Parts: sequence; structure tokens; C-alpha cells
Amino acid sequence: MSKTILEIDNVSRVFPGVRGGAPVQALEPTNLQVAENDFITILGPSGCGKSTLLRIVAGLDRPSGGRVMLNGREIKGPGADRGMVFQSYTLFPWLTIAENIAYGLREKGIPQAQRDEIVASYTDKVGLRGFENHYPKQLSGGMQQRTAIARALANDPAILLLDEPFGALDNQTRGLMQELLLGIWERERKTVLFVTHDIEEAIFLASRVVVMSARPGRIKADISVDLPHPRHYTMKTTPEFSSLKAQLTEEIRHEALQADAAH
Amino acid sequence: MPRPLDPVSQGTRVVLGISFFVIFFAAWAVATLGGFVSRTFLADPITMLQEGWLLLTRFGFLNDIGVTIWRVVGGFILAALIAVPLGILMGAYKSCEAFLEPFVSFARYLPASAFVPLLILWAGIGEMQKLLVIFIGSVFQIILMVAVAVGNTRRDLVEAAYTLGSSDRSVVRRVLIPANAPDIAEILRLVLGWAWTYVIVAELIGSSSGIGHMIIDSQALLATGQMIFGILIIGIIGLISDFLFKALNRSLFPWRLA
Repeated sequence: MSKTILEIDNVSRVFPGVRGGAPVQALEPTNLQVAENDFITILGPSGCGKSTLLRIVAGLDRPSGGRVMLNGREIKGPGADRGMVFQSYTLFPWLTIAENIAYGLREKGIPQAQRDEIVASYTDKVGLRGFENHYPKQLSGGMQQRTAIARALANDPAILLLDEPFGALDNQTRGLMQELLLGIWERERKTVLFVTHDIEEAIFLASRVVVMSARPGRIKADISVDLPHPRHYTMKTTPEFSSLKAQLTEEIRHEALQADAAH
Repeated sequence: MPRPLDPVSQGTRVVLGISFFVIFFAAWAVATLGGFVSRTFLADPITMLQEGWLLLTRFGFLNDIGVTIWRVVGGFILAALIAVPLGILMGAYKSCEAFLEPFVSFARYLPASAFVPLLILWAGIGEMQKLLVIFIGSVFQIILMVAVAVGNTRRDLVEAAYTLGSSDRSVVRRVLIPANAPDIAEILRLVLGWAWTYVIVAELIGSSSGIGHMIIDSQALLATGQMIFGILIIGIIGLISDFLFKALNRSLFPWRLA
């Protein structure tokens, strides 16, 4: 087991009640250790607090209790050491694709020549060569999310956080994006925390699937995925994959039913 | 029959746009040349053009036009220089907004024209007074509208910037400002139109030059042709400045159209 890079320590989140209502416990005290170079997917039905947990790790939300440690230092706010890809398209519309990827590098004060080199290498990795001077609006949703991944990776963060990044894409594009992301991970072994509600996606990408339950959100199961790398999309039809999928479907279905009954 | 929200071709658009001007002038010509309206109260289009030509060639009206444009642009730029940064500050920092917004909202309703007598007392009847009328008329409007635009910046873009290592200052400089630059330019274009109303009011009282002054002078002579010519000139200048502003915005912010 390699060293723990991220430690989520008793993190909870309570949202204050809206218009005099009772406060909502979005996240029960939660513990999770993330080892370096691991690819962890957090799987759960909507409203299970998985996005809240990720936003707390990103520093975009504050925990009501507990703390998150990255490389032994407590997270107090957002920073360049945690790259984030959002579900919504968050490329800066006034910047070209290349300028978007270079955004964090400029923030760090990296000289132009070196910046161009890094941008070129990541444009290649996500297959966007030839689109450097396009504006985000001119690109499809899948291409925009590829740019967003490149933009986050170019910054060389200690950990990459993805919040249902392919949730708005059509099925075919989503499959291709999964392969692209997994391919990058297989080469670079960047530590990844990936939030999704798609069971197949969770298994295909992960070395570990963390299943969360809803209302209040908490971790329900932690299942390691020992499928060999490199993974090919045909793996999704193997018996091993199917049995994992069946197991997780049961876990999630139970949760979804409970969440539904609570409404 | 056209259907709701159905687009119309560029050619049809131009033809339709021009035809209303034609109808308007035709109706005017019929009413005046046909003798339906007394010449004392409304000059016919031909007289208007003749008198306008005289104004331009004999009475140095071009100079008046120049003076008025200078006042509008001067007062407007002064207002924009102060209002845009303040608006950005208010939009970005909620404490700034809480501090200034109530006063600015109140000041926005103070009619600029009502300040004319007071400003004459304070600043005399020189150029400064004209600039101040336009300044007062524009500055609060720009502040508020810019603050609202900046305050409505997409939160996810700001969050993305933070996760890419932006500091608070650099979020303002590299996200809030560029994200809203086209909207700010659009606000300026709108308020410039209003500034034209204020300048004429300022020139109607205590002025010795400018389009407004010419109109007041013509009233004494019952020269309705000249008055209408003056009003039309303002409209034409407004149209031209609007066109230039739009063209400038298009070339400055290609990403909006991409």
C-alpha cells in the first residue's frame, strides 16, 4: 500500500434550514483515506452528499465538523494543488482553448515559453490539437470537458477532483471520455477522486469504488476493483465486470429506494 | 402571415427598417404641404432641409454640433472613469455594495435636469456646468448597472478560477472583469444614449452654443424648421454613435459571437 495523500477525517456538513425549516444533515461524519496514485470513484444516488464531500476537499465548501488533510496539511480553502473538473462547462468563454489550459500556469507565473510547451503537450494528450485558437463556444460539450481536464492537469495538482464531469454528455461521448481519462491515468498515475452516479462508469474507471447512501449522506461500502490495466471498453461485458455491477446495483438500488421513500 | 419568433432575412430587415422612415416623412409631408397643419407650428420637410442647410453654411451650426458632441463625450467619459471601477468594486465585494448601493439607488432617481439651476450657481454657465449635468445623469446609472452585471457573474467560473490557483485579486482581474467586459460596454452604449438627453437640457438654459442653444434661439424666431433640423441632427448623431459602439464591441469581444 502506497502512502496516504488525502485524509478525510470525520468530515460532516449541515446546511442551515431554509426559511425556518430544520437544518439538513447533508453529510454524516465521514472518514476516507486516499492513497497516492489511486483512482477512487464515489458512487451514490443524487442527494447523497457526494458532491458536497468533493467540494469540501476542493476547499469550495467548509465542513461543519472534521477536517481534510492533503499531504499532512489541513485544507483551508481552494488551491492549485487540487485540480477540479465540474459537471457544468466552466471554461472561460473569453479565452481560447490554449489560453484556458494555460490559465493556472499564468497564475503560477510560469514563463511563456515553458507555458506553451506544457499547453501543447496537454492539448495533444486530450486530442485537441488544431483547436488551440478556438473559443469554448465553438466546441462540443465533450471537447469542452476534455479541455477542462487538460486545464486541471496542466497545473500538475497533487490530486484531481472530478464532479460528474461526463454527466451532461451523451452515452457514446461519455464512453470515449472515460477511456481518454483512464488512458491518461494509466500513463501518469495521478491521484483521482471521481464523483458519479453511473455504476458502470464507477467500476470501469476505479481501483476503488466508495458507495455512499442518502439522507444523511454517509459511506456505505468501500469496494476495491481488481480488474487489470490497461482496461479496454470491451471489459464492460466481462463476467467479472458484470458481477461487480450486479453487486453495486443492489447497494445503490436499496439506497435509491430509501431516498425515494424519504421524500 | 409571419409566425411568432420566425427569423427574417437581412434584406427584408433593411427594407422594412427604411420603409418606416419613408412612411414617417411622407406622413409629415402630407400633413404640412397639404395644409392640414399650420406652418407656424410645424415646418414642412423641404423648409426644414433648406433652413438646415442655411444653419450649416451661414450660421456655423457645425460648430454648435461639435461643442455638443464634445460635452456629451467629455461628461460621459468622466462618469465612466469613475463609475465603472466603482461598479466593479460593488459587484465584487458585497460589503462595498452594502455600503454604497442604497445611496446610489437613491441618487439615481435625482433628475439630472433639476440640477441645472443649482449647477449654474455652483459652476457658472461655463463648460464645467454642462459636463456636470451629464456626469450626474450618467454616473449613478452606470455604477448600478455595472454592479449588477458583475454581481451576477457565473459562480462556477469563479470557483474554477480558485481551484486553478487564483487569488482573490486575480479572480477580480482575470475573471470578473473579462467575463463582464461585453456587458459593461453594452451598459455604456445604453447610458451614452441617455447622456444626449441631458446635454440638450443643459444647453437649453444658460448657454451660448450647442445644439440645444440653437433650438431655444429658433423658438424665439418661430423657426420650427430649424428646431426640427436640430432635433433630427441629434437623432442622426445618436444613430451613428450607436453603430460605432456596436462595431467596437463586436471587434473587442469576438468570443461573444464565436
